[in-house]
Amino acid sequence: MSTEALTPTSYINHHLTFLTKPVGDGGFWTLNVDSLLTAVFLGVIGFGFLWLVVRGATSGVPNKRQAFVELAIEFVDDQAKAIFHGERHKFVAPMALTVFVWVLLMNAMDFLPIDIMELFYSHVLGQHNWRGVPTADINTTFALALSVWILMIYFSIKVKGLGGWIHELFCSPFGSNPLLWVFNLMFNLVEYISKPLSHALRLYGNMYAGEIIFMLLGMWAATGVTGVILGAILGVGWSIFHILIVALQAFIFMMLTIVYISMAHESH
Amino acid sequence: MNINLTLISQAIAFAVFIWFTVKFVWPPMLTAITERQKKIEEGLAAAERSKRDLELAQHRSTDTLREAREKCTEMIGGAERQAAHIIEDARAESVRIVNQARIAAEGEAGVAAQRAKESLRDQVAQLAVAGAEKILRREVNAQVHAELLASLKSEL
Repeated sequence: MSTEALTPTSYINHHLTFLTKPVGDGGFWTLNVDSLLTAVFLGVIGFGFLWLVVRGATSGVPNKRQAFVELAIEFVDDQAKAIFHGERHKFVAPMALTVFVWVLLMNAMDFLPIDIMELFYSHVLGQHNWRGVPTADINTTFALALSVWILMIYFSIKVKGLGGWIHELFCSPFGSNPLLWVFNLMFNLVEYISKPLSHALRLYGNMYAGEIIFMLLGMWAATGVTGVILGAILGVGWSIFHILIVALQAFIFMMLTIVYISMAHESH
Repeated sequence: MNINLTLISQAIAFAVFIWFTVKFVWPPMLTAITERQKKIEEGLAAAERSKRDLELAQHRSTDTLREAREKCTEMIGGAERQAAHIIEDARAESVRIVNQARIAAEGEAGVAAQRAKESLRDQVAQLAVAGAEKILRREVNAQVHAELLASLKSEL
C-alpha cells in the first residue's frame, strides 16, 4: 500500500484487511492471524496476571493488586449469583469471568490509536495488514457466541436428559398438545438461532462501528489543519464515549452468557 | 468479513482460557475470599461477645464495689463498737483496781495502827511498871507484881 496513492478508500480498506494465512484451499480454510494472535496474547496476559495474583492470594489483608482482582471476581460472582441458581463456582462463575476479562481486553485494543499502532505493526512486526481489535472480527465474536451456544445445549441435555431436552423442544413454551408441537419447535428453533446471532453480532457491530468512526476521524485529519483540530477533539470525545462502550459490551456479553447458561439449567 | 478457520481457532483459545480460569484462577481466589469472609464474621462475633463480656464485667465490678463498701461500713461500725466496749471495760477495771488498792491501803493502815497501839500499850505498861518499880523498889516483890501486872495487862 505504501507505493500507491493514499485515497480514502485505500485507507479504509487497508485498516479493514486482516492478515490472512491460507491453511488449505482458501475460502473457509484461512486463518486471521492478527485476530488470533492478538486474542491469545491478550488472554495470556490477562489470565496470566490473574493467575499470578491469585497464586499468592492471602485470606488476610490483601494488597492493592489482590484487592483489584478480588473486586473483579466479586463483581462477576455477584452477577452470576443473581442469575444462576445452583453451584455456580464449579463452572458458570469462572466462565463468566473468562468471558468478561477476555472480551474487555480485546475491546480495549480499540483505545490504541490505529495509525500509531500501524507503525508498530509494520515496523516491529513487519506486517502491513494487522487489525488490532479481535472483537471487531466476526470470527472472534461468533467463536465466543457459538461456544456459549454449544455449552447451553450441553447443559440443557445434561440437566434435563436428552429426552427432557427434546420434550422441551416440542412442548414448551405453548403446551404439550400434539397440535402445538410444530409451533413449539419453530419457536424454539428461532430462539436457538437468534441467541448466538444476537450475542455475536451485538459485540461485533459495536466494536466494528467504533473502529470505523476512529478511521473516519483519522481520514478527516488528513484534509487539513481544521480537520486535524476537529478530528482530534471529536476523537477525544469518541474515545471517552468508547470507554463506556468497551466496558458495557464486555459486561453485556458476560451477562448474556450467564443468562443463556442459566436458562439451560431451568426446565419449563 | 468472511467466516473462516479463525472461528474454530478462537473457539479453541476460548475453551483453553475457560479451562484455565475454572481450574487455576477461580478456586484459590474463592478460597481466599471465603476464608476472609469467615474471619470477618468471626471477628464481628468476637467483638459482639467481648462487648457483652465487658458489660457483664462492669456489672460485676459495680456489684463488688458496692459489696465492699457495705462490708467496710459494717467493719467500721464493729470496730467502733468494740473500741467503745474496750474503753468501758478499761474504765471498770481501773475503778476496780483503785478500789482494791484503797481497801488494801486501808487494811494495811488498820494493821499498822493496831500494831502501834499494841506497842504503845507495851510501852505504857513498861513505863508504868518502871514507874511503879521506882516507887515501890524496896518492899515490893517483883514476881508477885509481875503476875499482877500481867493480869492487868491482859485486861487492857
